[in-house]
Amino acid sequence: MTVSSRWQSWRGPALWCVLVLPPVRGALESSIMLHMLVQIPLLAVAGWWLSPLLPKHLTDTLPAWNRSGISGIVLVSVVALFWMLPRSMDAALEVPWVEVAKFASVPLLMGLPLAISWPSAGFVVRGVYLVEVVATAFRMGWLYLISPQRLCSNYLLGDQQGLGKAMLAIGAAICLLLAWKLMWGHIDADGVRRR
Amino acid sequence: MWVLRTLLASLVILVAGVAALAVATDGFRAFTSETARRIDVREHPRALPSTPLQTADGQTISFAELRGRWVLVDFVYTRCRTYCSIQGTEFAQMQQRLAAPIAADRVTLLSISFDPTRDNPAQLAAYQRRSGDRGAGWIAARPTSASGLRALMGVFGVTAISDGLGGYVHNSAIAVVDPQGRLIAIIDWDKPAEAERYVLRGEAP
Repeated sequence: MTVSSRWQSWRGPALWCVLVLPPVRGALESSIMLHMLVQIPLLAVAGWWLSPLLPKHLTDTLPAWNRSGISGIVLVSVVALFWMLPRSMDAALEVPWVEVAKFASVPLLMGLPLAISWPSAGFVVRGVYLVEVVATAFRMGWLYLISPQRLCSNYLLGDQQGLGKAMLAIGAAICLLLAWKLMWGHIDADGVRRR
Repeated sequence: MWVLRTLLASLVILVAGVAALAVATDGFRAFTSETARRIDVREHPRALPSTPLQTADGQTISFAELRGRWVLVDFVYTRCRTYCSIQGTEFAQMQQRLAAPIAADRVTLLSISFDPTRDNPAQLAAYQRRSGDRGAGWIAARPTSASGLRALMGVFGVTAISDGLGGYVHNSAIAVVDPQGRLIAIIDWDKPAEAERYVLRGEAP
């Protein structure tokens, strides 16, 4: 095992361990923007990096149930929806088992399935997913920006509006990326690694 | 074959996911913890702890002693210059509008401080004076211990966070406690008329 492949196996658990450290956790949960746009995405990245540790029999049998990565992307979407509820954010701060569920489900049910599914997803599946991500970012961003009330009891209104603006910016960035890809990128309509 | 299996797997995930979301949002009714707290209180009235409270005139009371009448409760900190100062004025105005049931011992207004280290009886009294206290039927009080404060904030579902300027931001509301001493409703802080109707309708069903 080379140093770089050993690093590839262990960087996921390493990142997860850093995120779970109380000072890091406290800092990343101190504002709703850090919580939703830094901590949760980093937990998903930690999960994505877990994919080299998957046992071989799983990597052999899963694709039969996950054509074009569709099942995995459905799973990712449902779990993401759950962690987008303002109520889940409050509960993660107030109820210990919800926090545990977040630290388990975001890597294992979002990052990891995305790592398994994304490479086998073709242009159409990726396109549909990204368009839905853009729509969700715009919808949620707009909601957070215009809501006169705090949606999370544990975060300030200004913080919430900042999150709204950031989500609109992220949606716009993905839009530009998609537009760029459509105009100048290489499109493989049949799937990058079709099985 | 693969298409069918993928379809099946996706459907199972989707059904399980929608079911989980339904449970997590009380049947798609509560997307915020504030709505969830209101629905839960309405559907499952909460018994209140007999936490001792020290009032502005130095006496000690508890919810047990207030049984037999409706109690409208809000949580405040007296240094507040925004919401809570409006809440104080609002409670003083309710005190005036509810003067008759208050005189008949059927209604009491109660403001509880969630900042008891600063809000001693003198501060609580000054807060009531500033707000235009009419003299009877409005109690301002503070929990006498940290555990008592935690217990009260827990059962009422009150969250107070630092506003970064030395004050607090909190989920202000008017909590309705029935004559049996149970928390039965939570109403928007700026809708005192709703709280009054609740109390008056409860008296004459």
